[in-house]
Amino acid sequence: MRGGQGAVRAPVLQFTNCRILRGRALLWEDLWVRGGRILDPEKLFFEERRVADEQRDCGGCILAPGFIDVQINGGFGVDFSQATEGVGSGVALVARRILSHGVTSFCPTLVTSPPEVYHKVLPQIPVKSGGPHGAGVLGVHLEGPFISREKRGAHPEAHLRSFEANAFHDVLDTYGSLDNVRIVTLAPELGRSHEVIQALTARGICVSLGHSVADLQAAEEAVQSGATFITHLFNAMLPFHHRDPGIVGLLTSDRLPRGRHIFYGMIADGMHTNPAALRIAHRAHPQGTQTLSGSIAPMDVCVRHFLQATAGCSVESALEAASLHPAQLLGLEKRKGTLDFGADAGQGPTQGGPGQPEDAGVLGVPGQTSWCSMTPSMSGPPTSQASWCGRRRRPGSDRGPWLERTPSPSWTLSGLGRRGAGLRGASGSPAPGGQP
Amino acid sequence: MNCLSWKLCVTIMRLVILDNYDLASEWAAKYICNRIIQFKPGQDRYFTLGLPTGSTPLGCYKKLIEYHKNGDLSFKYVKTFNMDEYVGLPRNHPESYHSYMWNNFFKHIDIDPNNAHILDGNAADLQAECDAFEKKIKEAGGIDLFVGGIGPDGHIAFNEPGSSLVSRTRLKTLAMDTILANAKYFDGDLSKVPTMALTVGVGTVMDAREVMILITGAHKAFALYKAIEEGVNHMWTVSAFQQHPRTIFVCDEDATLELRVKTVKYFKGEH
Repeated sequence: MRGGQGAVRAPVLQFTNCRILRGRALLWEDLWVRGGRILDPEKLFFEERRVADEQRDCGGCILAPGFIDVQINGGFGVDFSQATEGVGSGVALVARRILSHGVTSFCPTLVTSPPEVYHKVLPQIPVKSGGPHGAGVLGVHLEGPFISREKRGAHPEAHLRSFEANAFHDVLDTYGSLDNVRIVTLAPELGRSHEVIQALTARGICVSLGHSVADLQAAEEAVQSGATFITHLFNAMLPFHHRDPGIVGLLTSDRLPRGRHIFYGMIADGMHTNPAALRIAHRAHPQGTQTLSGSIAPMDVCVRHFLQATAGCSVESALEAASLHPAQLLGLEKRKGTLDFGADAGQGPTQGGPGQPEDAGVLGVPGQTSWCSMTPSMSGPPTSQASWCGRRRRPGSDRGPWLERTPSPSWTLSGLGRRGAGLRGASGSPAPGGQP
Repeated sequence: MNCLSWKLCVTIMRLVILDNYDLASEWAAKYICNRIIQFKPGQDRYFTLGLPTGSTPLGCYKKLIEYHKNGDLSFKYVKTFNMDEYVGLPRNHPESYHSYMWNNFFKHIDIDPNNAHILDGNAADLQAECDAFEKKIKEAGGIDLFVGGIGPDGHIAFNEPGSSLVSRTRLKTLAMDTILANAKYFDGDLSKVPTMALTVGVGTVMDAREVMILITGAHKAFALYKAIEEGVNHMWTVSAFQQHPRTIFVCDEDATLELRVKTVKYFKGEH
């Protein structure tokens, strides 16, 4: 229900005994919801003179905005890049199952594919609101085929393309319609990338840099043309070099347009990126951090690992990295990724699915909020975003206990071998840390 | 800890002195709590409470919330009337008294929103709003217990020095002392502090069956001295309560710093 008399008559739900993430801090506050939106209870009290119709005790849990996963290739036996008739139902299945991991909005991601696949698959993945049926689809993330050969990772070489000939027309020919597209990852060193980036951003599509051998200058020029995101920082790009930091150097570049904010995703599963690298990136540019799962690790596990690995990053920062920052990247922060008044909320919590690690305890409020029952070691008093100096490393903090647990058997990413092995190949050596 | 007996004498002004702010807040909260419980409020019998804002009553509100959360106190059959509200400040401004009461009290208790009355500083006709407020108090059967504070210039509510001691709810211009005292809530910027407010009158509070004034801190000591050791005077409007049949002043030690030792000893019962 949205607005009007219907919304006003809808029941008011009050979540009590909880901490909520609001204004960058975790506060002991109740969360009020009505008609799918977060409600201002003070306004309800003084203007409508109403109280809650139902109260729910959250048992001291943290209520966080639903996570937004901007790069997810599939899951639960579904691969979005497979050109089948059932892509729509595959997306719906993943949408339903990721709710229990706290993800309430996502961008189904397609890896490098031939044009026939894009033409067939893209129309079957429309933008869709979330709800009890599943997480919302914000639009498709097209990762490739306009990427670097050397850094293609697991992407099939045969289907890589360039847009040197006809710039944006090549893009349209390859993808077909851009109606359902939200993000495009490309390599900015490809010829005429600036025209393409400008054309895409003019259509409201977020351009991300990734699978690239661009140097810092090329990356900066791409940002000046409109790019705002970096796909899985560190993976599938040139490593940081002190004389040419490459794409990684964007985090601290002073050549970016004034007011432009760069976001970056990192695979925070403890395997694709060393925790020390996570920390470096986070400390260099905390406001741009996003966690995402591009591996078999569920989003809530990645959030926990990120929190743990950065050993000093606050719970609030970790949660924001998975909710507020992706919302800001996509320009949705007024409605999603926050618990501010007026933001989207859901109808009620859902239980974690079978096979959930016991203490993950993520109950998703479909729509935009989720409950996180954090493990005891992380449920300390809320901390502000303070310096990390003087914080003692928790023992074994680079491999938190939850990573040693076998991932939930329900999480299988078809094409895992292709993707995981490819990424390891790109870095030239097996990922540190051993077996998942 | 210093406390007087709970036995109530009629027609006296009591001065209750506690060692510190926390104890004073607790004493006041317990008194209000007991008053409400002893009254036995119900469907047709509401307890009416007048309420203040500011930093002084915060401790008292916290304690009342604690008693409510413990299950000892319900506000289901309590009607509240706040003393004042700024004019021209949006209701949801963080410094409005609506916001203060919501964040520090109402959102933590079970009061019916229809029974929580605060003057509307953005009403189209401010005097009509004041008259309507007086009418609501009358319709509620008058105030059983009016809790108030004192300004550094001895004012009660926004009845600034020079206010009539028989005044009713009305629009008032704030005195410079008050604006200066309030500046800390507006980032220290005097230009952001509202200059007018709607306030209950001295006469409105005097009509209450019982009055409790909370005064804590050394900065209020001179005002307390003027209020109870000097005469009834419209320049120190709290002094009007010397003539109220049932008033209690609840203070901490610091607030008594300007009083005569003799006065303090008398009220502490140490002759």
